[in-house]
Amino acid sequence: MTDFLRAVLFLPDPASSSARGIDLLHFFVLGVSAVGSLLVFVLAIWFTVRYRRRSSSEVGTPVSSPRGFEVGTAFGMFALFVLWWGVGFKQYIEMHQSPKQALDIHVVAKQWMWKFEQADGDVTLGVLVVPADRDVRLLLTSRDVVHSFYVPALRLKQDAVPAMTTSIAFHIESPGTFRLLCAEYCGLSHSRMRGRVVALSPEDWDAWKAGRTPEPVAAAKSELEVAGPLRQKADETIADRGRAAAVSHGCMSCHTATGEKHIGPSWAGLYRRQVTLEDGRHVTADENYLTRSMMDPSAQLVRGYQDVMPTYQGQIPQAEAAAIVAYIQSLRDVRRRPEQILESSASDAGPPSPPPSSGTQQGAE
Amino acid sequence: MSDPSYLTEQTGVRSWLLTRDHKRIGVMFFFATALALLLGGIFALLMRVELLTPQKTIVEAGTYNRLFTLHGVVMVWLFMIPSIPATFGNFFLPMMVGARDVAFPRLNLASFYIYVVGAIVTLIGMFVGGTDTGWTFYVPYSTSGAFGIVPVLIGVFILGWSTILTGINFITTVHILRAKGLRWMKLPLFVWTMYATSIIQVLATPVLAITLGLIGIDSYLGWGIFDPSRGGDPVLFQHLFWFYSHPAVYIMILPAMGVVSEVVCSFARKPPLSYKAIVYSTLGIAIVGFFTWGHHMFTAGMSTFDAGAFGALSMFVAIFSAIKVFTWTGTLYKGSIQFATPFVYILAFLFLFMFGGMTGVAVATTSLDMHWHDTYFVVAHFHFIMVGGTLTAYLAAIHYWFPKVTGRMYPERAGLTAAALVFVGFVVTFVPQFLLGNMGMPRRYYDYPAEFQPLHMASTGGAFLLATGLTLVPIYCAWAVFRGTRVDANPWGSAGFEWRTTSPPPKENFGELPDFERSPYDYGGPEIDHVEEAGEAVHG
Repeated sequence: MTDFLRAVLFLPDPASSSARGIDLLHFFVLGVSAVGSLLVFVLAIWFTVRYRRRSSSEVGTPVSSPRGFEVGTAFGMFALFVLWWGVGFKQYIEMHQSPKQALDIHVVAKQWMWKFEQADGDVTLGVLVVPADRDVRLLLTSRDVVHSFYVPALRLKQDAVPAMTTSIAFHIESPGTFRLLCAEYCGLSHSRMRGRVVALSPEDWDAWKAGRTPEPVAAAKSELEVAGPLRQKADETIADRGRAAAVSHGCMSCHTATGEKHIGPSWAGLYRRQVTLEDGRHVTADENYLTRSMMDPSAQLVRGYQDVMPTYQGQIPQAEAAAIVAYIQSLRDVRRRPEQILESSASDAGPPSPPPSSGTQQGAE
Repeated sequence: MSDPSYLTEQTGVRSWLLTRDHKRIGVMFFFATALALLLGGIFALLMRVELLTPQKTIVEAGTYNRLFTLHGVVMVWLFMIPSIPATFGNFFLPMMVGARDVAFPRLNLASFYIYVVGAIVTLIGMFVGGTDTGWTFYVPYSTSGAFGIVPVLIGVFILGWSTILTGINFITTVHILRAKGLRWMKLPLFVWTMYATSIIQVLATPVLAITLGLIGIDSYLGWGIFDPSRGGDPVLFQHLFWFYSHPAVYIMILPAMGVVSEVVCSFARKPPLSYKAIVYSTLGIAIVGFFTWGHHMFTAGMSTFDAGAFGALSMFVAIFSAIKVFTWTGTLYKGSIQFATPFVYILAFLFLFMFGGMTGVAVATTSLDMHWHDTYFVVAHFHFIMVGGTLTAYLAAIHYWFPKVTGRMYPERAGLTAAALVFVGFVVTFVPQFLLGNMGMPRRYYDYPAEFQPLHMASTGGAFLLATGLTLVPIYCAWAVFRGTRVDANPWGSAGFEWRTTSPPPKENFGELPDFERSPYDYGGPEIDHVEEAGEAVHG
């Protein structure tokens, strides 16, 4: 039945369970819309025939609306729409939650190309290679104008905005290759800014990580007609580059990587920790917070620190800002001194996740 | 016809160009906006031809990007926003409140010339500058281009002034120039929608002006308000832009709803099922329409909470529209229905607007929007509202008021043929676009994957059918202006105020003012409001 409806509505095969759930709502909403509109149309035509004018002097019979007609309509529609809204918003929230233990991939969009970088330094252009049946989280930013990461098979879309880090999570169930499109108009070659998402089986994923190119990845690359190498093994990981960038921009003269308090908060164990702000609010130090704190430090000042940090907006290129965030992520499990933990009102729920690849060693030096 | 009409009272080019008669200004606005519709339609057809094949068909990518920008800007600001208010609103609003003219006739004429200047500046700016940003002007793309966007923005800024002046004029006219005995809750429904539209125009248009001004400052003075490389926020631009442009959607659809109310009652010869429901839902749309702009930005990185709040608010607007659709349909019940061209457009409107509106609620459903946002589904949705809704009502208005404006009748058979072509052509054009959106075809794509081609070809075929129907209208109307059969004051047998004077009306609108205490929907028989009042009196 659902396959039949998908064929009628021209929907591509869904690649994730959340896409399947969205499709069910999709069928319901479009079904009600189409049936409702046709009913009104048929009723109007029927009235037109039934009550056609029979003589030129004939007039209609005034009818006042039945009692409760407007109120009934309003509440009926309201109940229907609230149902759509409730189901839809629940799905929306689920897509925007960061799953634990997800594989993080940094996405940098630019005119007119997608670049994907994983924590271990694996960089691909145009083709996003992910393991099937695992949670993947994308951290997106743009180097120039607004772009939008769109995979129809996942029913998922997220804008990549310059000077912001946005995120979206997905879970592809089984191996396959899916179309990736840029959905936000970005200039001359907007319609050529296309790519592929390749979900690999465990064996293929291991081969990919061992440096070989599994067949689905090679096929996706050849479909794309994009020149240049598919894969760049960066000499250093994104976190390494972040550390270098942090040093060159002078971040380390105020922030430590070892947990000691200095002019600014230490980066050790900062990532995903709850921090208390000057105005008493609490925020989680996620990617977006860290990016904002570089670009607009005064907006969310941490309690106990002076408002002395200048903005780095326009000073740090987007790619380096993303790398610095990745470096701070890599310092997540550096142990802090007790007083540091008390001060920042630690509330990291659950057991600590395993260190992301080579993070800890670099942080501890 | 003893007295001269507004058409014959004075003749010569000068008497038109310097006129302060709201009817003549309405006619001039009609020709100017119809020209814009023709221009925007040509751009649309060029785009549809280009999209026949996945890669190049007739133009290069850069030209295509300019074409969809031209199509959007011309249709939104040069046609849709002024179309019904500045033409039919100008012509009929004063007559419907029993006034001899609008409150500020000179401002009214100024509004026309400001529109002409704004339109010329906008078009020159786009052609010379090669604007390729889309009508939404999203930063930082729009401010980073090699071509200056500022001349276009100045043009749109000027057009905004025209809109504001018309709005102020209508609001003032309704407040101070109503005929003796014409109470607010007796006003024709078209007047109510004009009033609500004018309020949105006066309140929302300044925000557009501010936003465009800030882009100008960013471009020339380098403040970097929206420019992320200088500390600005590109998403702020989207908020400001949609804070104007979402209410602007209601500027475009509310007047169409007014036309539908008038035509439905005239052609069924009975009062609306519920006058109050239509009035209050009109005002409800005008107010709630200001609080839904965020639903254009669910994928732009807004917080999850904001997305939920804007999603919920968007649902409310749809409820008001639904009440209207059900009230119009219910009004047909036990009517005396005349099947003629204006009414055929109303039948089309009821279906197309209902489906367009429901798909609007669908795209405002946050999780569904993750798939549909910025695809052809959204394109099809808003064309169902703008073309299926507003343009269809505009065509209904042309045919309904043609005898009043010209004193002659259009040829009915030609009218029905064009209406059928428009309806079928529209459905064939835009239903495939819904399906393209479902498949995942993003909008503003010059080049597309081959599997999308069959639906694109169907859509292009429909577009030519639609264009054929639309082209017929000016041809037979031009013929009818000179050769059509003459009509008397009230060929439709309507109770509306504007039909209680000669066709075409005299310069002063009415010889002797008719009785404005008799409802414009009173066709004899027990009147609804009258019965209610009697009931209240008993209780009192």
